[in-house]
Amino acid sequence: MSLAQTLSVALLGLDGHIVTVEVDIADGLPMYSLLGLPDAALSESRDRVRAAMVNCGESWPNRKVTVSLSPAWLPKSGSSFDVAICIALLSANQSIATERIRDVVFIGELALDGRIRSVRGVLPALMAAYKAGVRTAVVPTANYEEASLMHSMEIIPMEHLKKILSWLRTGERECAQEIDLAWQPNDDRLDFADVAGQPQARLAAEIAATGGHHILLIGPPGTGKTMIAERIPTIMPALDIEQALEVTAVHSLAGTFATRSPTSLTAPIVSPHHTTTRVAMVGGGAHAIRPGACSLAHNGVLFIDEAPECPPGVLDSLRQPLEAGSITIARSIGNVTFPAQFLLVLAANPCPCGKFLGRGRNCTCTSQQVRRYLGKLSGPLMDRIDLRVHLDPVGRLDMARTDLGESSADIRKRVISARAIATERFQGFGWSLNSQIPSRALRSTFKPERAAMSFLHDELESERITARGLHKIARVGWSLADLHAHEIPTLEDIQQAHGLRSGIEL
Amino acid sequence: MQKINNQRTGAFGEEIATQYLIAHHAEIIERNWRIREGEIDIVALQRSGVFAFVEVKTRSSIAFGHPLEAITREKARRMQRLALGWLATHGCFGCEYQIDAAAILLAPDGSHTIEYRANIL
Repeated sequence: MSLAQTLSVALLGLDGHIVTVEVDIADGLPMYSLLGLPDAALSESRDRVRAAMVNCGESWPNRKVTVSLSPAWLPKSGSSFDVAICIALLSANQSIATERIRDVVFIGELALDGRIRSVRGVLPALMAAYKAGVRTAVVPTANYEEASLMHSMEIIPMEHLKKILSWLRTGERECAQEIDLAWQPNDDRLDFADVAGQPQARLAAEIAATGGHHILLIGPPGTGKTMIAERIPTIMPALDIEQALEVTAVHSLAGTFATRSPTSLTAPIVSPHHTTTRVAMVGGGAHAIRPGACSLAHNGVLFIDEAPECPPGVLDSLRQPLEAGSITIARSIGNVTFPAQFLLVLAANPCPCGKFLGRGRNCTCTSQQVRRYLGKLSGPLMDRIDLRVHLDPVGRLDMARTDLGESSADIRKRVISARAIATERFQGFGWSLNSQIPSRALRSTFKPERAAMSFLHDELESERITARGLHKIARVGWSLADLHAHEIPTLEDIQQAHGLRSGIEL
Repeated sequence: MQKINNQRTGAFGEEIATQYLIAHHAEIIERNWRIREGEIDIVALQRSGVFAFVEVKTRSSIAFGHPLEAITREKARRMQRLALGWLATHGCFGCEYQIDAAAILLAPDGSHTIEYRANIL
């Protein structure tokens, strides 16, 4: 028999499809054809597979080799099929028996000397394989940690083609060294205690972490906008396992494990530079659709520094994921949906020169420039920002204080208990964060106290807030109530929420 | 000198292929049929009545790859054109035919191996 097949996985976004790699070796001139819509990297697999095989002492069949990746209609990309193709080829060439390769998924890229290199998207690929009923997978050793998150599968890490072959021939393999799969709790490298002063911004960050409210920090350079934003993940509760898996799957696809461990339970923070493009922000790409910054920030924080400097359209492209919690990208090869539930943190200078403070005495900008600068943020996006905070330069007094500010751990404790209250309150309603309360529920089941409502209605009457603003304030009010252990938002909570929202009029 | 050597190797290989075909009950019709477009090494008529046009590749080492790898798609297509040309000039146009390839590897000790591939197109 000169026909054999192995299994691998093709990814389209986070969705995986089991791919059957079939190899037929027929009489005829030495030839190699690869069927099944391969992209450039995959078409080059022929040369990698051939070199790896020959360098591992296997013979290359000098006959007509046909490799078919089915389903044939599904576009396939990347180098992760190398190992599956190689094993199928050797099996078709009668070099290895077929029993052991049945029902095993092979993932990995071959180096020319036969080493197996890491690939992207191993975790989502294994999730798909598991769903399809496969229980055994061979993965590159470099991806072992990530792959081991699939507890219910037998994961066989391999670093060299020779080792796979000896396993397939003799059934023996080195026992994979057990890796310590403890989820890593919050890392404590960053701490809110480092931030000097800025009580208003600290409070806003705490509220944001509690209720998932988006936040805008405005202040001159050097006041701690970036410091505060970077520390927001440290006061967010640790991710639960399910959330962490979602985050790891997205990061696996983007190949960003250099900066984030696959077993981290810390909420991710992604801070794209303000020159970023729309595609980098929301995801995209022609051959393989990759997640963008907003998906990498899923279950975490998306921090955009110097937000008004962003090209027009980039910030607005976030409107849909802000609303839906996910982003669907349509390309010719298919539609892909990535999760994108993030806390948006924007930071901005008050004006182009950054010195517009108080009366703006040191500012060199014209009044028109000042107005236009923050005006770039206005519109529908700003409507979704619940907390707008002004940061003043840190004063002499704040710097002189030797007692540190509150530490992240202390703040996190409050956030966790406040979130627990909210989660319990919303049980059975289908949402868990205060920022997700639907408007209708805010006017009925989850109405703030009477005095607070009449305050809001007065504001509405006098056209100081809009109807949408009213709901936004009520949501922040709920977060404040949870933090203050009030049963329902009091007048004080609502007034504070109102202050935080309208702190800066744009 | 090298060239003469290669020619001798080629001729020797073709001789081996011819013996192989005869041993497999094929009738050799013509050898080294040459026109301006190229050359057919061996034309044989098999017992089944199918003409076989054979391209012979001889090598004394595999340092430059498998002999059959030297037959590219383009070369195989030219073989087909030549085969049709042969059939037309010999009044057999429309007869069933196939293009074959024989790879002959000469070992330094004088022994040889032959690999015969039928119907390579």
